[in-house]
Amino acid sequence: MSAGPDVFVAAPDPAAAAGEAPALELRDVHKRFEGHEVIRGVSLAIRPREAMTIIGGSGAGKSVLLRLMIGLIKPDAGRILVEGQDIVPLRERELLHVRRQLGMIFQGSALFDSMSVGDNVAFALREHTTWDEERIRARVREVLDMVGLGNVEGMDPAELSGGMRKRVAVARAVALPPRILFYDEPTTGLDPSNVEKVVELIMDLKSRLGVTSIVVTHDMPAALKLSDRVAMLHTGRIAAMGTPQEILASQESLIRDFMAGRVEA
Amino acid sequence: MRTIRRLVEDLGERALRFTRELGSMSLLAGQTFYHAVTPPFYLRLMVAQMDHIAVQSVSIVAVAGTFVGLVLALQTTYGLARFGAKGTVGIIVGLSMIRELGPVVTAILVGGRVGSGFTAELGSMKVTEQIEALRALGVSPIKRLVVPRVLVTMLSLPLLTIIANALGILGGMLISQHEFNVPHRVYYNGVTQYVRLADMLDGLGKTVVFGFIIGVVGCYNGLTTRGGTEGLGSATTRTVVTSALTIFISDFFLTKFFWWLEGW
Repeated sequence: MSAGPDVFVAAPDPAAAAGEAPALELRDVHKRFEGHEVIRGVSLAIRPREAMTIIGGSGAGKSVLLRLMIGLIKPDAGRILVEGQDIVPLRERELLHVRRQLGMIFQGSALFDSMSVGDNVAFALREHTTWDEERIRARVREVLDMVGLGNVEGMDPAELSGGMRKRVAVARAVALPPRILFYDEPTTGLDPSNVEKVVELIMDLKSRLGVTSIVVTHDMPAALKLSDRVAMLHTGRIAAMGTPQEILASQESLIRDFMAGRVEA
Repeated sequence: MRTIRRLVEDLGERALRFTRELGSMSLLAGQTFYHAVTPPFYLRLMVAQMDHIAVQSVSIVAVAGTFVGLVLALQTTYGLARFGAKGTVGIIVGLSMIRELGPVVTAILVGGRVGSGFTAELGSMKVTEQIEALRALGVSPIKRLVVPRVLVTMLSLPLLTIIANALGILGGMLISQHEFNVPHRVYYNGVTQYVRLADMLDGLGKTVVFGFIIGVVGCYNGLTTRGGTEGLGSATTRTVVTSALTIFISDFFLTKFFWWLEGW
């Protein structure tokens, strides 16, 4: 069974080095869909407050890995520890509780289209707190300001641009302050100026809220800019891992090929 | 030989798929029941669903109920007149509407309108990752989306059936008087003297089960939608067909069950 990257490891696990318990840890995780093994023995430890980006081509298993981390799907084998707690044996009822401490930004934003922007952002607050409406509205304004959006509370998600929807999704995920934020392809489908804004927002939230950020993307420039460490997923395995500088300086053919856009699904 | 083998394999695969679907649907039914009796309860969402499911279905159920009553009275009185028994038309229309036609026609209509709506709504949420977003936000989609829809359909169907029954019986009375000169008092007496409370409870009891079937089938097909908008279209069609067939099949067994309860 593979316990770590196959090709190249530059950075040792900083969590282990610092003697700090990882915010999230995967131990030899496997996942199979309809006979095809998508995740093949991934082991990974992400330290608290770290920004870890998982890169890889289409079909490499990035989104599956993210869904495994948040417990939206169960692995066939292996352990997934969120702040030390193994979430694999948990039932959906218990997982719902764990996920309240996590925030997820979906690729297509996944805003509830039957609700206004304000109600989307207020969703977790109304579900999981006993706050009065005034306090909820104040928090909604605060997080919308944080993501650089004002006066959009009453609008429908359909009225917003792709970049704005993405930022509303971030606001919804952080309304109830999370410990770990997961981003699924946060820059996909955005124009260059919005890509820049979203990358800066991810970096800003990391420093401002002190959250652990786990980003899945195939956007190499964004990955290099916002990450403390980058892991490359290839054919269901972590093929390489290192700091952005180490990744940039790597002579490994797989990394060079990926950066040159030659890694196929 | 190869053709026979392929046929057997195909049949086996279909049987397995059917069993899997039935198992998953039963699991959803069980989870719905569990979440329905454990807090939090989404009363506000249930009120919103009441408007969507019950209030907006009143007009189609009223029209259908009236015309079923009209045609039933026409056909029945035509037959009874041959035996000089057209005075009993009220009893036959009343019993048929209350025990059988009112519940089934209402369920089929609501299943088509509301059940397919559930599939379309939940299916579009599924393909746009909104269902996963709910789970990621720590909220159970079954509790928030399925339970209010199933419960309100179970509550609404008996009420809508009462409307269909009343209008059907009234329609029958009008057509019997106008077309066959059956005095409305004779018709009315027939209905009130021969239709018992047990008949009404039998009919309405069935609709509660039909409501459960419509809700679970509609939500299940929505939550398991795959393949984008094309998948959404076929899921909606599947809901209409499955709920209609399940209503017809379960109607037989429910009728037998209520007869057994009544001591027949």
